[in-house]
Amino acid sequence: MHRIRTISDLEELRQSILAKRDPEKVVIGVCCTTGCQARRSGKVIDAFENEIREKGLQDKVEIKKTGCHGFCEMGPIVVVEPTNSFYCRVGTKDVTDIVSETALKDKVIDRLLWKHPATKEAVVSQNDIPFYKKQKKVVSHNSGRIDPTNIEDYIAVGGYSALAKGLTAMTPAGVVETVVASGIRGRGGGGFPTGIKWRICSSAPGDTKYIIANGDEGDPGAYMDRSLMEGDPHSIIEGMIIGGFAIGAREGIIYVRDEYPIAIQHLSMAIKQAEEYGLLGHDILGTGFDFTIRISRGGGAFVCGEETALIISIEGKSGTPRARPPYPAIEGLWGNPTVLNNVETFANIPKIVLNGAPWYSDMGTAGSKGTKIFSLVGKAKNTGLVEVKMGTTLREIIFDIGGGIRKSKRFKAVQTGGPSGGCIPISKIDMPVDYDSLRDAGAIMGSGGMIVMDETSCMVDVARYFIHFLMFESCGKCVPCREGLKQMHEILKNICEGRGQRGDIELLSDLAGVMTTASLCALGGTAPNPVLSTIRYFRDEYEAHIFEKRCPAGVCKNLFEYVINQERCNGCTLCRLRCPQEAIFGEKKKPHVIDPQRCIKCGICYSICKREAIRVK
Amino acid sequence: MKVAIIIDGQMVQIDRGAPIIDAARKAGIFIPTLCYHEALKAYGSCRLCMVEVIQNKQSRLVTSCNFPVEGGMEVFTDTPRVRKIRRVIVELLLARCPDVPLIQTLARQMGIDFSRFKKKEEKQCILCGLCVRFCEEVVGVGAIGLANRGTEREVATPFRVASDVCIGCGSCTYICPTGCIEMVPDEETPKLRRMNLGKLSLSPCPNNYQCETCSIEQEFFEDIKRVIADFRNRHKKPSF
Repeated sequence: MHRIRTISDLEELRQSILAKRDPEKVVIGVCCTTGCQARRSGKVIDAFENEIREKGLQDKVEIKKTGCHGFCEMGPIVVVEPTNSFYCRVGTKDVTDIVSETALKDKVIDRLLWKHPATKEAVVSQNDIPFYKKQKKVVSHNSGRIDPTNIEDYIAVGGYSALAKGLTAMTPAGVVETVVASGIRGRGGGGFPTGIKWRICSSAPGDTKYIIANGDEGDPGAYMDRSLMEGDPHSIIEGMIIGGFAIGAREGIIYVRDEYPIAIQHLSMAIKQAEEYGLLGHDILGTGFDFTIRISRGGGAFVCGEETALIISIEGKSGTPRARPPYPAIEGLWGNPTVLNNVETFANIPKIVLNGAPWYSDMGTAGSKGTKIFSLVGKAKNTGLVEVKMGTTLREIIFDIGGGIRKSKRFKAVQTGGPSGGCIPISKIDMPVDYDSLRDAGAIMGSGGMIVMDETSCMVDVARYFIHFLMFESCGKCVPCREGLKQMHEILKNICEGRGQRGDIELLSDLAGVMTTASLCALGGTAPNPVLSTIRYFRDEYEAHIFEKRCPAGVCKNLFEYVINQERCNGCTLCRLRCPQEAIFGEKKKPHVIDPQRCIKCGICYSICKREAIRVK
Repeated sequence: MKVAIIIDGQMVQIDRGAPIIDAARKAGIFIPTLCYHEALKAYGSCRLCMVEVIQNKQSRLVTSCNFPVEGGMEVFTDTPRVRKIRRVIVELLLARCPDVPLIQTLARQMGIDFSRFKKKEEKQCILCGLCVRFCEEVVGVGAIGLANRGTEREVATPFRVASDVCIGCGSCTYICPTGCIEMVPDEETPKLRRMNLGKLSLSPCPNNYQCETCSIEQEFFEDIKRVIADFRNRHKKPSF
């Protein structure tokens, strides 16, 4: 074990790790984080290890468990160096081929490569895939390249050198001012300038201060914090130590969502290793600075992602937000000044300290600097985690990186910022994405979720879904949020079930306005966003539901019928055979009809028809 | 340190950091509240006491029960935005508990005849949290708490079993503005009383309310003294 006592120790260790590496050795990196594990990458790793053992290739080939590459759609992902071949959807049956062909003979296996959907051309290297071309990997740079459970891997790629620079070459105030100058804003959703928060906290009176990393990610469809904690835990820890040094804290806490077992495991390992190497604990790098980090596991409430609720939850009480002021930077955990930032914010800090504020503030737009990881999910062709510079347009993210909409359907809207975000329509597709533009469009940055929706999504139903989620996740403390969400859900449910009345839209807008201004915390304040943004951009859909009792997208079951277009139907009988209700009639090779009395609108016929003869009326 | 603020056109001198509502009461201005009580820490849950504050030329809506007064602040307690918020909140409460006299009176005062929202279930508790906070902060017992979250939130004893720490003081009954918690004679042990929270019973005093000679009471006072001393030590203002 190498206990690092000085800066030169750290550099020596890095050199010795690099010197130990055999340049001839082939490295097979297998993603072992949640997305790929769900597609059984664990079995693939076992198969690789067996294969290497059986063939006695331990000296020639190394299996490395890496973090997330972001292209989770294509998992499990295996990258073989030095050919740098990027293999997608690898199964246990492909293992023998990868070892015998790519690892031993440097031959790339075509069938495992990513293929361009239009040209069918196979792409070898990750960087040539359109999904990665427009990305700018800063925070997620290491994830997928290093083994997150091995601190030496992180040190080898330059890890902890920002810590060394910060602790020895800079003063605490210097670090704070660098972060201020970088212009980075909180990545958790609020977008408050991180440097300003640090400055307030560092000048707040008190000897005991705390650093808290918020890893309580709970938005449906968003998992960038999870992937970061799983794939590159040391960067978060390094950022926290630098933060502790800057504001004068000696204790850090990472609040992790308890539903993220791999994240908790990797972070715990990372903390233990950092302590063993002398990068955490007493007298870090011989500078006399002490800092410890512990993990606090979340209690399973969405609202605990709100900073005051999170702090109260760490204190052992039930997580309900409290009024601000006093802000946590003045009076936070146990009444002491506390800096609370998202884990992604902390992962940015080492890069800023190492490369300097101007490097960072060069990226992005006037009000939002740097890069942001988005979790691109829903109806896009390429789903996964994408990191782009602030100011990249929605079109670039959804169509260039995301590859457009599945099944050649039309893009309808993108929901950004999780349940309390808003839906942005096609008319705003060329909008550069940053904190301010999203807010102006009626959405929020949130933690960076992006749910892409096509023409088959009913926007009233989408609003109802998110309000339903928030109704159960509201803490229930203040009246506008608790009672408001209940009533809002009631009205939306009525509209979706065909009981909407004249005046409902106005009542919803009225209620939403009061909830925005009068709620106690940001959850209640942003909760009406799905309703407000869908009313703003898709009012016609609300009106169709209320006045014409019709759901144009064919989602709300009481408000539409499936009919067969007699001209298009060629009588293939596919729908008739699959209909569970036997509601479709017709002879072979003659147009069919649906009996609306029997039809339960399950949608099987609609999705199965190859001629698109079934439509929503 | 005293500061001057303007509230609805009246100049008021008040301690810096005091809640706005104190200034309003000093000026004789009425602000409706449900969860506010002088003896308790501000909670800010009913949101009825919202006022408009202009500070550094920026206008914002805040709850007057917990927003600290700063010099040069201008407060408006009866603007259209404030009125709209209060109106919607009272309508929401009226939909939750249509038969509670307190809410009905409040609605009448604001000229609200009916709620535009649907009455789903008729509840009596408005979840102001006064009983829970009084039990914890003043009595120092914590026999009841707020359980569950979201629309399921309710006042209850831990795990919904009769509380074994309740001393039967009756504070919760006294402070409840809607009369949810009733005080009833205990049938099993005559002369003793029992708090009923709906169907849930809190337990009576084991020592027949002989507080002056009760050892539990003595211990309780010692505890309180210690807690207060600790609290003061911890919150000592640092000298500059």
